[in-house]
Amino acid sequence: METASWISLSFLIWCPIVAGILVYALRGSANGSISRCLANIVSALMVFAVAYLICHFDGGTSAFQFQERVAWIPSFGIEYALGVDGISLWFIALNALITFLVIVSRKEKTNQAYLAALLVTSGLTYGAFTALDGVLFYVFFEAMLIPIYLAIGVWGGPNRKLAATKFFLFTLFGSLFMLLALFGLYKVSGSFSIKDWHVLPLNMNMQTLLFIGFFMALAVKTPMWPLHAWAPDTYSEGPTGAIVMLSSTKIGAYAFLRLLLPIVPDAVHQLAPYMIALSLIAIIYFGFVALAQTDLRRLVAYSSIAHMGMVTLGFFLLNAVAMKGALFLMISNALAAAALFFCAGALTDRIGSRRIMDYQGIVNAMPWLATLFVFFAMANIALPGTSGFVGELLVIFGAVEYHLGIGLLAATVLVIAAAYTLWLVKRVVFGAAGNSQIAQMGDLLTRERFGLVILALVMLIMGVWPQPVLVLMDASVADLLAHIARTKL
Amino acid sequence: MKTLVLLIILLPLAASVIAGFWGRRLPRAASHWLCCSAVGTAMALSFYVLLQVNHGVRLDEAVYTWLDLGFAKLTIGFLIDPLSALMMAVVTFVSFLVHVYTIGYMRDDPGYARFFAYISFFTFAMLMLVSANNFLQMFFGWEGVGLASYLLIGFWYTRDSANKAGMKAFLMNRVGDFGFMIGIALLFATLQTTDFSEIFTRIEELRGLTVSPLPGYEWPLITAICIALFVGAMGKSAQVPLHVWLPDSMEGPTPISALIHAATMVTAGIFMVARMSPVFEWSDTALSFMIMIGATTAILMAILGLVQNDIKRVIAYSTLSQLGYMTVALGLSVYSVALFHLMTHAFFKALLFLAAGSVIIALHHQQDLRKMGGLRKIMPVTYITALIGAWALAGLPPFAGFFSKEPIIEAAKYATLPGHTYAYIALTLGVFLTACYTFRMIFLAFHGKPRFDAPHGDDHHDVHAHHAPKESPWVVTVPLILLAIPSMLAGIVFVRPMLFGDFFGDALYVAAEHGAMAALAGHWHGIGAYLTHSLASPALWLALAGIAVAWFLTLRCPKAGVALERMVSPISGLFANNFYFDAFYEKVIARGARSLGDCLARFIEGAGIDGLLFRLPTQAIRFGSSVLRTLQTGYLYHYALAMVLGLLLLITGWGMH
Repeated sequence: METASWISLSFLIWCPIVAGILVYALRGSANGSISRCLANIVSALMVFAVAYLICHFDGGTSAFQFQERVAWIPSFGIEYALGVDGISLWFIALNALITFLVIVSRKEKTNQAYLAALLVTSGLTYGAFTALDGVLFYVFFEAMLIPIYLAIGVWGGPNRKLAATKFFLFTLFGSLFMLLALFGLYKVSGSFSIKDWHVLPLNMNMQTLLFIGFFMALAVKTPMWPLHAWAPDTYSEGPTGAIVMLSSTKIGAYAFLRLLLPIVPDAVHQLAPYMIALSLIAIIYFGFVALAQTDLRRLVAYSSIAHMGMVTLGFFLLNAVAMKGALFLMISNALAAAALFFCAGALTDRIGSRRIMDYQGIVNAMPWLATLFVFFAMANIALPGTSGFVGELLVIFGAVEYHLGIGLLAATVLVIAAAYTLWLVKRVVFGAAGNSQIAQMGDLLTRERFGLVILALVMLIMGVWPQPVLVLMDASVADLLAHIARTKL
Repeated sequence: MKTLVLLIILLPLAASVIAGFWGRRLPRAASHWLCCSAVGTAMALSFYVLLQVNHGVRLDEAVYTWLDLGFAKLTIGFLIDPLSALMMAVVTFVSFLVHVYTIGYMRDDPGYARFFAYISFFTFAMLMLVSANNFLQMFFGWEGVGLASYLLIGFWYTRDSANKAGMKAFLMNRVGDFGFMIGIALLFATLQTTDFSEIFTRIEELRGLTVSPLPGYEWPLITAICIALFVGAMGKSAQVPLHVWLPDSMEGPTPISALIHAATMVTAGIFMVARMSPVFEWSDTALSFMIMIGATTAILMAILGLVQNDIKRVIAYSTLSQLGYMTVALGLSVYSVALFHLMTHAFFKALLFLAAGSVIIALHHQQDLRKMGGLRKIMPVTYITALIGAWALAGLPPFAGFFSKEPIIEAAKYATLPGHTYAYIALTLGVFLTACYTFRMIFLAFHGKPRFDAPHGDDHHDVHAHHAPKESPWVVTVPLILLAIPSMLAGIVFVRPMLFGDFFGDALYVAAEHGAMAALAGHWHGIGAYLTHSLASPALWLALAGIAVAWFLTLRCPKAGVALERMVSPISGLFANNFYFDAFYEKVIARGARSLGDCLARFIEGAGIDGLLFRLPTQAIRFGSSVLRTLQTGYLYHYALAMVLGLLLLITGWGMH
């Protein structure tokens, strides 16, 4: 594959990290505008770089593309190996877009240390999505925790310390199991290459153990019920930008596709019913819990993890339609959650409260935000024509194909999500202005509007014509399904 | 042809987008000129398409591939046949008139451009729905009209009741969509397609297959599909028990009630079932189910129509009841009659709503029938057109409603499926009730002494009450007249080709064993014979009796009405509370869901998961560390003691070994 010499996956990873370090080094009032400028340029550059990669991506093959391989720790066979396939391609794209929008449209960017944390997170996220070596993946996966942890703990809301601690402990706890699994795989295969692991024969006991190891880490990260306890606190306390990035980085769910499903398919087949049950619990339980929320961001957080239930359901139904649906839903949920967190952030910036009851009738003062909010609400409840619909439709199709009863339970998301989302819209957007503070709120600033309009357009285009996205991921999904179907015993 | 259809669909969308985003910066007239001309052109083109289709032109073609799943393609595409061409013509015709009417009705509203943007968007979505050649696009339009309805019911967004009504409408429709989605998914899971033509040709493959929602239960697959799809129709077409949103939707501006909640959107469910006739014909269970639901809706909602005092709610309950008639017709497999009634109903019901709107603006947003009266002389055009609409709705010859309603009742007589007798009785009684509530409304609004000068308690529009009501401007009355014409004539003109001719051709399918349509055709001996024959049918006399009763109770002897009310007072709560459907949804379902959410959030989420997985381990670690900390006292003699004790223990153990 011919690519421009300077656009490589390493460039994607290290450019934002270096920029982040520079921004941090330049902190201090004198250099404010330089570092802001640098961050804007770098994040915009990343969007173009990823767009370039998408244009040069060959959708006809499931092979990893734009590969880089350098020995890193030769004595253990650990390599600095990078590459993207049709699945990870979209998550890099998502990362580029979201980073760009967070950096250009959020106000917190005036704080340079925070800005640096976001840039570093972004770079590490590229790393996690492109790593083809188990250790490299683990390093990126874990390192991402640190800047996010700092962002929450330093720049978060009033309960930020508890939230940051909880976030860190939960994710670290889960990751340790994954580390054991990675070592286990090394012991059996003598290699840390993820591609080798995909074809590695494993006995059933080993597969079950590995499944549990991966599952613990990924279920925390995704998050899946009941290992989600960190998520609501983190999402309600963290600063908007970091939260948008965290919620739109679907690394946990992605790792199911990269590691768990293709490496231990026999265990997957055996344990799938339990995973389906957990996913259905997530869909319904989180939906009802969202209904009870009084905090704007907690509600969005529960809505997001309820939709992640649909995603994991799509994974473990183990059929092609549901799998594609799950992928669409991951992308769409990342966009929708980001957009709704942005909207919540725009409101919190103005009044300072996160409680739903402190807002009412914002349409009177903020017609732009109100319009976009309603649009994102519609995308969140999977209205046809928005990206949310594509995924939910396919997952429900897959679920009904698997079993009508599961289809019926999964389809309740149509009603439950509509209930909590529309009720939120009714309480926040419509009605007479709740108080004088709301009546005097200024509408979205140009930078805020820019970010939200771009998100809305992406969701609309993906909803009206999802085929181009599917074309590039098709071969890789087919390959993944082939791996799952093949026994590794 | 394809370009033509694309144009018909995209013109309203383009107008909507422009009016929506730039309407506030454009002069007000620009919004309405833009939207009216777009929809007007769409109407003209739709009529042309209808003519073409009548000459045998057909279109079944994909426009683009939405998603290619390998083994199946989900596409956006059109199926233009008599059924969809008819619907497109009706939709654009009513929509165009409502657009024009809106110029007058919403003249002073600050959300003028926004309103036009919404109704043009609605027209777009509705056209997508009816022109679809596959379920995907139909669902797209289906939810699109739902969104338009939600936005328009809550158009006056500062009113809490309007927002609530919009939300209720959306959620009830979502319950229906849940069923619709399951139906589509079942079809897709077995046939791997969403294209109508392929489903129709391969539907026989599903015979004998079963599906199991729970281990131990086996349902015939086709019946499960049909009932699931029909649940979708129940939501959209407001059938009991998913009907409660429609009366509340009257919170929206009146043009919307005419366009969306009477003439077009609510008939989408009827249209969908008719479109799916080749599927529904395979399941007698589903057909029977439809007869029962439709008949129940028809009779219960007609009863409620009698006791409403809000002029729009009377018409809304009448719409519910008439949708029940259409549903029964679908269940009886007389699809063409259902569609014929759908069409005539669109004309006379839109007419009645717009006439009601004309009255409402004349009286400065007064909707209470008890505060109207005597408008006959002040608003002659509105009165005459409303009377025509009422005459048609009551099903009296020779207006349109007669020709479409009478065959439904007769079909109920001839049919053989379980439930047809119940339907026959319910629909026949319904005729009496329909005439009664319709003319009660006419008499209260237009006849008798004016009551609108009486001080209205909580009404803040008193300022306006000094202006005497007057006839509405031409933008309002011309649409009334244009709707009155088909309300009178559509029956006589179209009954032959649509019911007994071959207008629909192969667009509708009726299985040979469902003989109601054949029986109807057997009894058809021309319009003249049909009219004279109707003199012998109970329906006509019941309708006349209904009018007489309404006249007696409202004009001749209002005291008798009061006495009657007192007589039924023991059960009046049942009527006043709409048979407690609303209370059930609000108190049991909505409150139940919220309480469940609260309980889960507090006990499972808070105490259970957070407690067990986070607080308990952290407390345990804290406790453990405090215990261990006490061991590290730092005193030498404590450590010395421990060493000695340990040594003793070791030695003892060794000795015993």
